[in-house]
Amino acid sequence: MAVMTIRDAIVATLHAEMERDPDIILLGEDVVGGNGTAGGPEAIGGIWGTSGGLFDKFGPERVIDTPISESAIVGAAAGAALAGKRPVAELMFADFVGVSLDQIWNQIAKFRYMFGGKTKCPAVVRLVYGAGMQTAAQHSQSVYAMLTAMPGLKVVLPTTPIDAKGLLTEALRGDDPVMFFEHKALYGVKGEVPDGDHRQRFGEARMVREGGDVTLVTCGRMVNFSEKAADKLAADGIGIDLIDLRTTSPLDEEAILDSVEATGRLVVVDESPPRCSLAADIAALVTTKAFTSLKAPPELVTGPHSPIPFARELERAWVPSPQKIEAAVRRALGF
Amino acid sequence: MQLSRDDLIGAYRRMATIRAFEERLHDEIKTGEIAGFTHLYAGQEAVAVGVCDHLTVDDMIVSTHRGHGHCIAKGCDVKGMMQEIYGRAGGLCKGRGGSMHIADLSVGMLGANGIVGGGAPQAVGAAIAARLNGKGRVAIAFSGDGACNQGTTFEAMNMAVVTKVPAIFVFENNHYSEHTGVDYAVGTNKDIASRAEAFGMKAWRANGCDYFETYETMRELLDYVRAGNGPAAIELDTERFYGHFEGDPQRYRGKGELDRIREERDCLKAFRARVGEAKLLDLADLDAVDAEVADLIEAATVEARAAPPPDPETVADDVYIDYV
Repeated sequence: MAVMTIRDAIVATLHAEMERDPDIILLGEDVVGGNGTAGGPEAIGGIWGTSGGLFDKFGPERVIDTPISESAIVGAAAGAALAGKRPVAELMFADFVGVSLDQIWNQIAKFRYMFGGKTKCPAVVRLVYGAGMQTAAQHSQSVYAMLTAMPGLKVVLPTTPIDAKGLLTEALRGDDPVMFFEHKALYGVKGEVPDGDHRQRFGEARMVREGGDVTLVTCGRMVNFSEKAADKLAADGIGIDLIDLRTTSPLDEEAILDSVEATGRLVVVDESPPRCSLAADIAALVTTKAFTSLKAPPELVTGPHSPIPFARELERAWVPSPQKIEAAVRRALGF
Repeated sequence: MQLSRDDLIGAYRRMATIRAFEERLHDEIKTGEIAGFTHLYAGQEAVAVGVCDHLTVDDMIVSTHRGHGHCIAKGCDVKGMMQEIYGRAGGLCKGRGGSMHIADLSVGMLGANGIVGGGAPQAVGAAIAARLNGKGRVAIAFSGDGACNQGTTFEAMNMAVVTKVPAIFVFENNHYSEHTGVDYAVGTNKDIASRAEAFGMKAWRANGCDYFETYETMRELLDYVRAGNGPAAIELDTERFYGHFEGDPQRYRGKGELDRIREERDCLKAFRARVGEAKLLDLADLDAVDAEVADLIEAATVEARAAPPPDPETVADDVYIDYV
């Protein structure tokens, strides 16, 4: 057991898995960095620090710096996966999914189905997402809901170092395409990570804490914000069932429904605009499958129906905060 | 290198099979039994066969919406293809894909593609895989003159050059991007190969209605790529005997154009003339191939018509390998 950050857990997992499996390759913009410069390769090592040392160890045929060509990055991952490899494609910002979307939703997501179940496409796309660093409208979005809506993709959002290792290992050993979301504000989060093999199955939510009064369902960075809210509420004797989904596809419906059946109250926190969001999806799930258990309408804590702004004050107003989460819980209880 | 008698008969058989397959579909679609969009490859047979005759099952291709010819040339089962186009459970893709999504990875056919330009980046990825496997294998992206205008194709060409992978871009210029002429839609003076050259790769040009010219040019190109020189491209000038899709009234065609290209640019006629004049084969041998092909297509059609449809219960099968 070692204490490390999410960033280091990702680097360590990539090293370990690429050593274990020679079919794993990594490609993306500046995953090496420095190619074609006076500084030379590895001058950068990935702008998020998540691919350090890989180029030196595994060489240019497995760790491939690409031009800024997101369609070709994801498309090449698609082709390499069909050809029997296990590509990891890095999108430096999840927002760039827009540039490469055809290769994700018309290609990677559909190959297995369109081709009659006779193929597999074990491509992992790593997407760096999330607000909180004033990166404004085109570099801050949490596009997981959009990809969760696409059959054929699995969508994964680690919030702890141990899950970063467990979920990435699972992604690299499974045979389905995985959209692996890394929140840029969580890279520095520290925690214990087990040595050796550690796999975290998809579709198994993490019960962060059990309090019994209100069910709070969330994912990604909002897990941390919800914990802060839960701490405040605990001081007033309010107990939260806090569920970190870990994966939004597959979705651990059972964990959500079991908790709501016990608490009768649901709050969903989602770092995205409200329409067609994960929050709306979970609310629909609970109201259709656990309607008679509900003692209050579901409370949805999301950003507004607007792009993510730049100015610090505006960005803070946009992102669901611990205060907003706390207020939503109190509304659910006061209904 | 001289093509053997078996090589010649095989090439003719593959081209004739594509032609008969497509002409049969053209007729059968009128009966209303085949649904969806069907884009026929007839007229372009010398391209698919002239390229794929150099490939082994370990070489990979990605195809287009007009993909039946590539499938047959790469070795996909013709009866399985016909069942797929009829939407049958026994189709190559269990009726899930249809005409635009036929694939058979066991023969290195990585998939037809309904998105114009969707395949080129995938060929780069397959070429990355081929290089890692280290056996001199290549990955080929078939693209039309329509796909040559997609940004994905530009990105793929540049990435292939930058990464020096054994990817080959085969541009089939049939003069029509759907219903728009190449004279209008391709800005580089109608010339597609020059685009590949501009991205920094060596490019060839050949008459895609001539099997022998296509085959010989591809030999040169493949020798170059298999030797580790990085990617390459070829533009093959060819003809589309039917519309963009079946049902296309083709009002954009010039007067007498279809008659002219069928008379002057038919790769099968040209093949017969060439082997006859050079006394490489007895034309009776080719007649025998035609008869066998006709029987195969007849059997494939009859079987596909009679084959059972997929079970509606399976509608959501095969989305994932493992999903909780």
